[in-house]
Amino acid sequence: MNLHEYQAKQLFRDYGIAVSEGIAVSSADDAEKAALALGVSKWVVKAQVHAGGRGKAGGVEVVDQIEQVRDFANKWIGTNLVTFQTDEKGQPVNQVLVETCTDIDNELYLGAVIDRASQRLVVMASTEGGVNIEEVAEETPEKIFKVEVDPIEGTNDRDADKLSELLDLNESQSSQFRSIYKGMVKLFLEKDLALLEVNPLVITSSGDLLCLDAKINIDSNALYRQEALNEMRDASQEDERESKAAEWDLSYVALDGNIGCMVNGAGLAMGTMDIIKLHGGEPANFLDVGGTADAKRVAEAFKIILSDKNVNTVLINIFGGIVRCDVIADGIVEALTVMGVSVPVVVRLEGNNAEVGLKTLDECDLNIIPASNLQEAAELAVKASNGEIS
Amino acid sequence: MSILIDKDTKVICQGFTGGQATQHCVQCIEYGTQLVGGVTPGKGGQTHLDLPVFNSVKEAVDQTGATASIIFVPARFCKASILEAAESGISLIICITEGIPTIDMLEVKVRCDNLGVRLIGPNCPGIITPGECKMGIMPGDIHLPGKVGVISRSGTLTYEAVKQTTDLGFGQTSCVGIGGDPVPGSSFIDILDLFQNDPKTEAIVMVGEIGGTAEEAAAEFIKSNVTKPVVSYIAGVTAPAGKRMGHAGAIIAGGKGTAEDKFKALEAAGVYTVKSPADIGKGIAEITGW
Repeated sequence: MNLHEYQAKQLFRDYGIAVSEGIAVSSADDAEKAALALGVSKWVVKAQVHAGGRGKAGGVEVVDQIEQVRDFANKWIGTNLVTFQTDEKGQPVNQVLVETCTDIDNELYLGAVIDRASQRLVVMASTEGGVNIEEVAEETPEKIFKVEVDPIEGTNDRDADKLSELLDLNESQSSQFRSIYKGMVKLFLEKDLALLEVNPLVITSSGDLLCLDAKINIDSNALYRQEALNEMRDASQEDERESKAAEWDLSYVALDGNIGCMVNGAGLAMGTMDIIKLHGGEPANFLDVGGTADAKRVAEAFKIILSDKNVNTVLINIFGGIVRCDVIADGIVEALTVMGVSVPVVVRLEGNNAEVGLKTLDECDLNIIPASNLQEAAELAVKASNGEIS
Repeated sequence: MSILIDKDTKVICQGFTGGQATQHCVQCIEYGTQLVGGVTPGKGGQTHLDLPVFNSVKEAVDQTGATASIIFVPARFCKASILEAAESGISLIICITEGIPTIDMLEVKVRCDNLGVRLIGPNCPGIITPGECKMGIMPGDIHLPGKVGVISRSGTLTYEAVKQTTDLGFGQTSCVGIGGDPVPGSSFIDILDLFQNDPKTEAIVMVGEIGGTAEEAAAEFIKSNVTKPVVSYIAGVTAPAGKRMGHAGAIIAGGKGTAEDKFKALEAAGVYTVKSPADIGKGIAEITGW
């Protein structure tokens, strides 16, 4: 789950990490009030969306007139911001963050993420902060400095100082960096983050360190113990069908094709998409019904798949380990009957109670095309999607 | 021979009396697994599935001589359960549960490694040595005792690979689902090493998926350490790049992690790759001449 910048910065403040002063607002009137309350004559106004690349897309401006703060809020609130990290529709802007403007001497990069390779929390820093950090990482990886955090010992000044030295910070900045580093690692571990990023971390004209941006992504597996963060969820930033699917513990990602897929297990779901494509078809979605699917969830999965009007065929591929195929079969029959599904449904059931499930499907008089293995299922689904069988 | 478990492995189950655990323990017992008891705190002294229930892993180990544990407890209790098993003399822990916070696993992994305890999973289907012992949630009847070692990050895709090697009559020595979480207890390399050293394993199937660099690391390992034929499939060639936020994930991965990168790395290591998940069995036939 992602947070907005203004929410992430609130967490930064809670952990003693230096950020600009700012107020998040959801109307032009409040934007004006916020600008006055900050008591400065130059502001940064930032559209709040769950995506990077806002600056290049016009979602961040530096202004020195109250009118401009108003105009910015009026322009963006209630519209969508499209950046290179969003889809073509963009993300809705519901708030604007009004901040004091900082005079910048130098831009650094600071990030923290769980590194799968070392199986550690890794903190990364670079002197090459700013918009092109991914290019820097690819072309000059030696300019990205990394330290691993020991999961048992936790943080220490030594690691912070190592990064300070590589970043070429002076004594007072190094001492500020220690507190940013330690606050950041503490925040990451205590709040179950999956990603924390500050780009840029700036050296101000007065020589102090300040976080100008803040990105936080939270491990959704840990939300049960992060109630306060859970309340920060902004459903408007999430794909409607994906959110609907998540309510039923279904994992769904929309794609461009016409063969709707319902599969158990993420790996097999991806494998099913791959094999559809190999046979010349186009998957309409990724959908993992998970390990404990029942009739109700199968029905919900059907609803979500068929809400995509491009879908003209459904391929159900279940290899039962935890999932019982007879339960899935009951769910398929129930859903098809209740919903009056008209598109051909190719079904492949294997594993746990598959025979009982296949018998159920065999005995019903619905438009179900049985397949005896994965290859055949893919071939039949592609044919059905091309109108060659029905 | 086999790896990790065989007919003599004494197994306990943590979270024994829960619904999922019960359903799967019944199937494990029917398969022939020597399940010798289980742990559910507060239910010690009771009997479940005709087996003793203990309050703690320590008691269970002391009284049954179990060396392996299969864990079904809810995700929020898994860290404590895994560490309890590791500190109570269990040498092989299989954690089936999915949804464990990654931060919990960082510490669990280090502590298990320090204690010399082998952890498989979490979020995995478990291990099976066909005809001998099943410690997992896989459907037992698709397996056949034989000569292929199977390793996979995905649950149901493992079954797919297994079914194909069974249908062709090759069978399996052992099948290990290492799980798809960011911090798994055991890696491809750990299990490849075991299969390489298992005399009965004549060929290896490795099923990976997009994300992370575990397959690339495995490819490096195979190049210099594995002499047995390896067939590999990577799921997710067609998966779309997810909506991204920030750059840290991309920076740490260094532009790696796509299915294409993984296929390339494996092929450079002499691995026989298949692009369709339906061709895994055929791939084994092709590379071994069986």
